[in-house]
Amino acid sequence: MTSSSRVRAVPVRRKVKENLTAYGLLSAALVVFALFSWYPIVRGVLLSFQQVDFVNAPTWVGFDNFTRLFADPLFGVAWRNTLLFTGLALVFGFAVPFLTAVLLNELRHAKAFFRLAVYLPVMLPPVVTALMWKWFYDPGPGLFNSALGAAGLPGGQWLDSSGTAMLSLVFVSTWANMGSTTLIYLAALGTIPGELYEAAELDGAGLWKRLRHVTFPQTRFVLLVLLLLQVVATMQVFTEPYVMTGGGPDDSTVTVLLLLYRYAFVYNDFGSASAMSLLLFVALGVFSAWYVRLTRKADQS
Amino acid sequence: MRTLVSPSTLRSPRGKIGYGVIFACTLVLFLLAFLFPLYWAVTGAMKSPQELAQTPATLVPHEWHPETFADAWDQLNLGKYFLNTLVVAGGAWLAQLAIDVPAAFALSKLRPKFGNVVLGLMLATLMLPAAALLVPTYVTVTDLPLLHLNLINSPAAVWLPAAANAFNIYLLKRFFDQIPDELIDAARIDGAGPVRTLWRIILPISRPILAVVSILAVVTAWKDFIWPLLVFPDTGKQTLSVMLQRVAIDLPLNVLVAGMVLASLPMVALFLAFQRQILAGLTAGSLKG
Repeated sequence: MTSSSRVRAVPVRRKVKENLTAYGLLSAALVVFALFSWYPIVRGVLLSFQQVDFVNAPTWVGFDNFTRLFADPLFGVAWRNTLLFTGLALVFGFAVPFLTAVLLNELRHAKAFFRLAVYLPVMLPPVVTALMWKWFYDPGPGLFNSALGAAGLPGGQWLDSSGTAMLSLVFVSTWANMGSTTLIYLAALGTIPGELYEAAELDGAGLWKRLRHVTFPQTRFVLLVLLLLQVVATMQVFTEPYVMTGGGPDDSTVTVLLLLYRYAFVYNDFGSASAMSLLLFVALGVFSAWYVRLTRKADQS
Repeated sequence: MRTLVSPSTLRSPRGKIGYGVIFACTLVLFLLAFLFPLYWAVTGAMKSPQELAQTPATLVPHEWHPETFADAWDQLNLGKYFLNTLVVAGGAWLAQLAIDVPAAFALSKLRPKFGNVVLGLMLATLMLPAAALLVPTYVTVTDLPLLHLNLINSPAAVWLPAAANAFNIYLLKRFFDQIPDELIDAARIDGAGPVRTLWRIILPISRPILAVVSILAVVTAWKDFIWPLLVFPDTGKQTLSVMLQRVAIDLPLNVLVAGMVLASLPMVALFLAFQRQILAGLTAGSLKG
């Protein structure tokens, strides 16, 4: 009896000690996650249904924050603008990097240079990129209109016209971010076995057919993952409109995050800003969850 | 390696000409799209304000004013803002390593009770778009629960939330999982405790993943804008990005452009120095939620 309990006591004590060490090593992470991740998640949901002014205790206001948002004409505008940005950013940010990668994969010279050049903008601080392009877009002495003028073409209004402002922001964002997507596609293209192209060619498949029936299916997974990531990232666009247009002209570049920022830090209405965050989370949750599931599944296999 | 276009097509005379044309076009396009804007910025900084206001713009400066860089350094007090940014980014990097490495090691190798629950709760935060947490995290940072500390205007307001990084935990744990348990057991038999094992055995063989996490941490912190914009209302505490955005409207264009060029240099230099590691870590790094 005594001997058997002593035999068990040792492993139990060791188990307890091991668990204590493990949680000791985890403690700092648990504290920062609790304070800056888990607690804010709960707090965000609560804030959506509260009125806060940082002086008095928060009061429950039910769905008031949401009704206030829905009554704001800018709310619908912001969502439409953001969807437009995401849509355009996918057309450019998805097609351009993929085609660039396919092209670079065929080139046999100066490979290192191409990689370096396309990735260089990724290393610039986004504020610098935005300020720099704002200057390029200047309809007077700006780079673009000067270049168009030199080529004998008429210049554009770029950021100064509500018709082209959003598209101009999409160009900036594509230029700044295409480096990483291009290089990821390039890595994926490098893993396609050459025999597949050879076999397709023997079957008489031309360039377009090889692209469609070999390249696309072989990179489908990476394409889907990056598509999801780009949807999530572009729906949260903030720096470009904040720095370059401030939401104008005529509210044509007010995005969801820009409006959220205004609610919180200009109108000091943290309740409505939280309600907006919650809506953004719901809208993007599907995409993020899909992405996490995809990558975890890929990890396990 | 066989790619979309077959080697025999490339070797044919028509293929050779086609390849040459496409290569030349791509080269010119890349130079124009990615390097010319940088040339434009560097030379633009050295033009006089009058020349910068000319329509159409000049391709090469008529007069060179390299002293604008020195002027921008003094006028913008760049030394101070470089230091601020360095403290913010360096601290974020150290906090992420010091907090996330032991955590990932504990979850991967010590596997405590409820470790999977903890890991699941951490990874679940990856599903949240960062913007959705902006307001509640800001509210939390202004008044930490229990401690009642206000971190606004303190670099800790960047360091600590940066350490709550589930993607780091995921990357590190995945790497540690590949390290055979026998190595840990051997160390334990030799009398090394878990902390010593982590320090002496795990860390030296984990250099590649530590490099990826480090580069991601520094680059993310250096590029970040919206969070520093919120937590550094005190203009003297701001990072380069926040400061440049704040003063942009009031500055002569040549000084602003010179300031932007200078603010970009450290990251560009870092990239040129570590391009292999950065591009290699990219596939892991940019698959971030």
